[in-house]
Order: sequence, then structure tokens, then C-alpha cells
Amino acid sequence: MDLAIQISLTVNGVAVSRRVEPRQSLVDFLRYGLELTGSHVGCEHGVCGACTVRVDGAIARGCLMLAVQCDGCRVETIEGVAGTGEVFDLQQAFAQENALQCGFCTPGMLLTAQDLLARKPAASAQEIREALSGNYCRCTGYHAIVEAVRKTAEARGRA
Amino acid sequence: MSRIEKGRSYIGESVVRPQTARLLAGRGVFTDDVVLPRMLHVAFVRSPHAHARMLSIDSTEARTLPGVVAVVTGEEMAPVCSGWVGTLAHFQGMKSAMQRPLAVGKASWQGEPVAAVVAESRAIAEDGVSRVRVEWEPLPAVTDPETALDPSTPVIHPELGDNLAFKLELKSGDADAAFKSADAVLTETFTMGRHTGVTLEARAILADFDPSERRLTVYHSFQSPNMMQDILARHLGLPEQDVRVICKDVGGSFGIKVHIYPDEMATCTLSVMLGRPVKFTADRLESFVSDIHAREHRVKAELAVKRDGTILGMRVDDLSGIGPYSVYPRTSAVEGNQTIRLTPGVYRFRDYSARLSVVFQNKTPMCQYRAVGHPIAFAVMEAMVDRAARELNLDPVEVRRKNYVTAEMYPHTSQTGYFFERLSHEEALDKLLEISDYRALCAERDARRAHRVYRGLGLCAFIELTTPGPAFYGVGGARISSQDGCTIKLEPSGKLTCMTGVTEQGQGTDTMIAQVVASAVGVAMEDVRVLTGDTMVSPYGGGTWASRGAGIGGEAALQTGKAIRANILKVAAAILQCEPEDLDIRLGKIVDALTGEVRLDLAELGRVAYFRPDTLPKDFQSELTVTRHYVPRHQGFAFTNGIQLSHVEVDVETGFVRLLKHWCVEDCGRIINPRLVDEQIRGAIVQGIGAALYEHLVYDEQGQLLTGTMMDYLVPMAAEMPEIVVGHVETPTAYAEGGFKGAGEAGTAGAPGAVLNAVNDALAPFGARVTSQPITPEVVLKALGAL
Ligand code: FES
Ligand code: FES
Repeated sequence: MDLAIQISLTVNGVAVSRRVEPRQSLVDFLRYGLELTGSHVGCEHGVCGACTVRVDGAIARGCLMLAVQCDGCRVETIEGVAGTGEVFDLQQAFAQENALQCGFCTPGMLLTAQDLLARKPAASAQEIREALSGNYCRCTGYHAIVEAVRKTAEARGRA
Repeated sequence: MSRIEKGRSYIGESVVRPQTARLLAGRGVFTDDVVLPRMLHVAFVRSPHAHARMLSIDSTEARTLPGVVAVVTGEEMAPVCSGWVGTLAHFQGMKSAMQRPLAVGKASWQGEPVAAVVAESRAIAEDGVSRVRVEWEPLPAVTDPETALDPSTPVIHPELGDNLAFKLELKSGDADAAFKSADAVLTETFTMGRHTGVTLEARAILADFDPSERRLTVYHSFQSPNMMQDILARHLGLPEQDVRVICKDVGGSFGIKVHIYPDEMATCTLSVMLGRPVKFTADRLESFVSDIHAREHRVKAELAVKRDGTILGMRVDDLSGIGPYSVYPRTSAVEGNQTIRLTPGVYRFRDYSARLSVVFQNKTPMCQYRAVGHPIAFAVMEAMVDRAARELNLDPVEVRRKNYVTAEMYPHTSQTGYFFERLSHEEALDKLLEISDYRALCAERDARRAHRVYRGLGLCAFIELTTPGPAFYGVGGARISSQDGCTIKLEPSGKLTCMTGVTEQGQGTDTMIAQVVASAVGVAMEDVRVLTGDTMVSPYGGGTWASRGAGIGGEAALQTGKAIRANILKVAAAILQCEPEDLDIRLGKIVDALTGEVRLDLAELGRVAYFRPDTLPKDFQSELTVTRHYVPRHQGFAFTNGIQLSHVEVDVETGFVRLLKHWCVEDCGRIINPRLVDEQIRGAIVQGIGAALYEHLVYDEQGQLLTGTMMDYLVPMAAEMPEIVVGHVETPTAYAEGGFKGAGEAGTAGAPGAVLNAVNDALAPFGARVTSQPITPEVVLKALGAL
């Protein structure tokens, strides 16, 4: 029995129409349906933040949303956000500070950090830690990530 | 070495890792990202019981589900993939039972795979799993290591006779005599909880068997591709050269991804059986019940001391529960073995005796995880030292100083036979006191106590076993390479391609190798491209574990770099009609060694060597691809050392521990990339903190895991983690030209002990202390008598 539902949305600025199963999560749709493998799956129960994407401008957990909920929405993934140059300085700071080791958490970290800096351009180290506290990183110990975000905030403040 | 010392070197530079650009753009390629034509997905039926016989498996309903391609049981798989036993010959008397890709007859832990459903998508495969009916007859579960050997406890594998996997006794000097002459004897029992790696990328494997050529290609999130190649070839009966293992980006490993897992072997077997690519990606729930667990120990320790704080002797009794099987091929005895061998190693006393019992139980198999044995060893040792200092009213710093193996004692052999070329305990301690302003922190702690703010400072000195030679696994019969090769090829454009047997999981192996190669040859780092993790092209090697990347892979890269440099100079001399000794390579150009005048571009040299060799002398053959290998031959391990300090505040009302700051001074020999080392240390410390305060795999008496999601199993997140300050002492090893040792595990080795000591320091005014981990609020409140 075909339960698939037709959805239309924009992903990274491109109009997409697909038939998806109602049970498919947004992140599985992006990864397996659209081959946008930059969004990662770490827990599938909303704890780790590896699947973070933007839906209509707000960050969301791709594992806690269904693809069908995004009908008519504007979805952005790391591929799109990196492609437009929006987070170029943040990426540079991450590289500089070695704020990534394996890089699996990194797309989610970048999107979460970008969201924080949009809301709180002068975030303190503790505010950064709190904003990132829904994003698990097993490799870095967070220190370098916090530094990278803090330095980006400073540089943006000066610009 | 000369070139490294002459300057113009990347050794010691915090070079930014070029490989991060890809990961930052979402263009990493992790195993689950790889898609092949006609690819299938597998999901596993896992045992819901800790111990149960399988009376029947009915897969009729699953098989008829549209999209399901096959349902396979352990019996059906057994003829295709042979079973394995996780023992090592040099662990005398060690035993374990035969393990198979899918359990046959009975399941021995909750989560053990018993049948596989292969389907067009993972979702359909999971639908299929829910339609497989297994009839179970539950058996009593063995969960408590303490009673695992009692005659009344059921034996998990009757063919083994009992539940004992391994036991070991060590004796150095005469501990009993030391205890008789002591002014004080301190006794303590430590209970260390199970935890696990929780790599953010779960285990994943994609096996692609081509029946027409009988070749197997495997994409694997793994640390040791050659080990996997060997094992797949032997257990699937394929010629080794027809098995290719490719490790692309690996999303964290920490020792989790270096073991043989039944579900991964089953995935490869299914590809052979079906002749199609089959992918398995563990989800988080199955990671918790199937990734190896670590560090379930109960350690009884006794310390004999003189009134002035001199340690006279020590006795240790370690009991460790490892689940129902010793894990293949490294075995689950190494953790306990290292624990009792490492425990006394920082200190000079000689009278030491230790006992280890490794027992089977019906929980997830336990095996080596980052810093194998170290965190337990040093938490125990350093907690005992702090307790001695407290009871004798001595300064914990001075008690350590008094008992250290000191500078003039090297080379030194430890109580348990470990050879230390040269360590730097005193320098590391001095540096730690300085960078942390330790005395001021002590004064502040004391002042705050008057205001009922309870802060504590905890020191933890440690040694770290790095750069292991063949004595680790090879002598025991495990086919795990302790040597590594490096191949460098000069491309016609004058750039270098380098392939190495050590692998990358985020440590920055690629960068570190490129730094060494560029320095040894004399080219810019951008001109070196490093490739890792493909058994078809990389020279044979062990991969990355036990902090061996820099010590072994780095040295192999250095020797290969020097060799290709010599060959390049021979070609240059043939072109320029001079002697190779008159020339040098600097910044990618052939120059006159004396004047530095540029004589030839490497691109021009490559053009001549590859396309116009007719212009060179008839008897001259250029060799511009070079391979060299390296294995540590002169010492079993390159030991490193260090010391950590944790600063905490304990809320005595709630039992909550707040981390204020953490310091580590470590000595990993010559440092190739300071930033990468610092970040290894920081990440590893946070892993140790997780073990100390949060992470716990809790089982009930029936062997059911109660903390099997990330909601129940707490990992360290950014908000709770302290600022971490890292300092270094550099004592290069003289046994290898580069002087490199390892740095990957030092942070994890010392962090739990430091946190434990800091909490106990904070609780000292109440005469309370904790001796178990994780140190949850409940543990603290119980110690305070408030619960
Ligand atoms: S995968 Fe979505 S939060 Fe972990
Ligand atoms: S860099 Fe590996 S999980 Fe964050």
C-alpha cells in the first residue's frame, strides 16, 4: 500500500517536489532522498544536535521533524549555508582553532553557532557554552569550539 | 633529524589542518554517506534477554514483506563465516568461547544479534525485524562480577567449566614485609562503573562482494583497516589480496572502532551470500547495547606508608567483568592487565603485589577503550596517595615528590617490568603548580570554607603507554601490525603524494604526517597530499590505536621522507652533472647546498625523470617512489607522563559537583603540532570527566540495560565543561630519530583521578569521601550521610 505523500519545498534555495513516506524524518529525507549528506544522524532522539538544519530560518532537529511537516517550507542545510558564504568566517575560525576533529558534529555546531550569533552578537563564553549545550561533540572537549565562536563574534562586532 | 633541527621545518608548528575545509562544508564522506548501485540494508533481530535459549526462529511473516530480500539466521550464516575465539597466547590460561556473526542456539547478552533482515531500505529492514518471531527460554543472568565465580552461579559457557576468563598475579619485592614495617596502612575499595565510547558517528560498514571476481570491498568506519582485511579474509575464506578495506571519514573512534563486532562480520557475510552491497549503520539504541563497554572494575587497594609519607608497598586486587565473550582479536584481558601493571608505575617503591580476575557475565562485551586501564590505575593510585597525605597530615604535592621515580633514576624499570627510557614527573609537577597557581588556589579554597563554600583540588600523576611494539598483540598471536609503512611518490609536477598505514579519525594524522614529510624532504606542506585508510594502496600498517600514530607513523614518514629526498638529489645530480652532496632541497627547489642558489625546480626534475629520461646517463635509473617501514625495536613502549589538576566546587546540599577549571601538563616527547596535541589532550580530558561524573551503563539484576538512550546516559556537554589549560614538557625519545611519542590518551588517563581527588578534597571538612564512579549527586550525598 502506497502511503507516500507529495511535498513541495525549497532546499538550499532550490525547489524540490517529492513523494515521501509519512514516517520519514526530515534528516533521512535530506540524506537519502536528496543526497545532502552533510546533515548527520547521531542519536535520532533529539539529544545530540548532529542533524541540525534550518527550517524557515530557525534551527531545527532534522530527526525530530518529519519530511511531510516541511511541505511548503524553506529548508537550509550545511551544504547551502556553506555554499552562500554566510558562515565563511565561522568556518575559518573553526579551522584556525581546530574546533573540529572528526567533523561529525561540525555541521550542526556551525548552524547552531550561527543562530546564536544572529540572536546575540556579543555572546559571552558562558552564553556560547549554553547555546551549544544541545550539541554533543565527543572529540574536542568543546574548548576550541567555544573559542572559535567567541572569536567570530568579536570579529563580527568589529566589522 | 638534521634537517628538522636546521630550521625550515614544520615540526613544532601549529599548522592548520587542511583537511578540515571539506568537513566544514558538509562534504565529509562518512561510511553511511557512501551509496552503491543495488545496495541493500540490514537490520538485526537482537536478543531482548541477557541470557536465553532460542527455541525457534520464525521468519515467514518477515520474508513476505515487500522490500525484504532475505532473512538469515546464525545457523545459515555459520558455514560462510567461521567463528572466532578472543584469546591471546601470552595471557596464560586465558579462555573464551567461540563467537559467531549471529548467535547460534542461545543469546548471552541483551542486544546480541541473532538474525538479520536484509531489505531495500533500513526502514523496511526494521519492519522486517519486528515480524521475526523468536521463541525464547530465558536463562538466569550472571550480572555481578563479585559472585560470577561462586559455585551457585550458573556457568555462561558450560564448555569452559567456569566463568573465569583470565587471572593473573604479579609480585615485585616483598609487599607483605613492607606492610609489616609500615607506620600506617590504608585500605580502600573502589567501584568503577561501566561506560562506553559514544562516538557521535555510530559504527557503520558497507560490504560489497563481487561474485564474478570473488572480491570483497568494504567501506568501514574503523581504526585499523589492515586488521579488518586480515580477519575478513580468514573468516570468509577469501585470499587476502581480494579483500579491500577502505576507511573514509571516521566520526570518532576512541578504541570503539578497532574491535570485531558480530553485526559487522554478519554484514560482510550477507554481502558474500547475496552478491550485493549490504550496508549496516548502527542506530544509537543499538550502539549502547552493542558497542564495546569499558571499565567495569572493583579494585581493592592497600597502601603501606611511613609517617613521613614514604610509600613502602602496595597490594591491589582488581576484579573486572567483561560480558560473555572476550572480544576478538585484542581480548578483554588487556584492560585489567594494564590496570594492575600501570598502577604503581609513577612511584619508586618496589614492594608491590597485585591480583587480577577477569570474569564473564551476561552484559555487553567489554574491551579496550581510550587509555585502556590507565584511568582506573591512576584513579586508584592517586586516590590512595591523597588519602595517605590527608591522614598523615602531609602536603599531597610533597608526598608525590617524595615518592616519584626521579630524574637520576632513568632508565628505569617499573615494579611490573615496564621500561621507562626517561620521564619527567618532577618537571611536570613544577610546571603544573606554576601554571595553575596551585598555592593560591589552596589558600582560596581554605578561605572559602569558612563561608561554607566547599571547593577541592585534586592532583593525578600518570604515565601513558604509547607507541607499542609487537609485544602488545603480535607475540600473543593476534595478527595486528605494530609496524607501519609509508610510501611517498614524487609526481611529475614536483609535488608529493604520501600514503601511510596509520589512519585518521580526526586526530589530524594527515596533517601531522604532511608536516613530517614536508620537513624531511624540504618542500612546502601544501605540496604534500596524504592518503590514509585504504588497504589496496596504503603500505601495510596497524592503523591508529594506543597513541601510535606519531610515534610509529611519524617515524616511518620521517624515514621515507629522508629516503625520497636522497633519491631526488641523485636525479638532480644526474641532471646537473654534479654530486648529490653538493645539492639540497629547500622550499621545493633544488639549490646549491653551500650558496642556496636555486639550480632546478622540482617540476623540471619530475619532467625530466618521467618524460625525458633519455637525456640522463644510460646507467642511471631514477627511483621516485619510495617506501620505508618502522617498528619500535628498542623498547616495548614509549612511555609518556604527565599530571593533571582538577578544581571543583561541591554543593553539599544537592551533591552536585561543579567543574571550575582543569589543568594538564604532559610530556609526549617531541611535539609535531602543538595545537593538535593540546586538542587531543582537551578532548581526552573531557572523556575522562564524563567517566568521572556522568557516564554510566546501569543494568538491573536481569541484565537489562537501563541507560540505553542519550536521555538516560549522560555525556559531557559544553555548558558543564570547564576551561582546560594544557602545558608541556618535551622529553624526546632517543630511540627514534624524530623523538616522537604518543599523546592521544594522556588526558583520559589522568582526568578521572584528578576529579575524584578534587571531590574528596572538597568533602574533607566533613570527613567524607567517595570511592566510586561516576560521582553522581547521589554518591556524594551518600558519602555525606545525607541519603
Ligand atoms: S540526530 Fe537529531 S538530535 Fe541527534
Ligand atoms: S569533532 Fe568529532 S564529534 Fe565533534
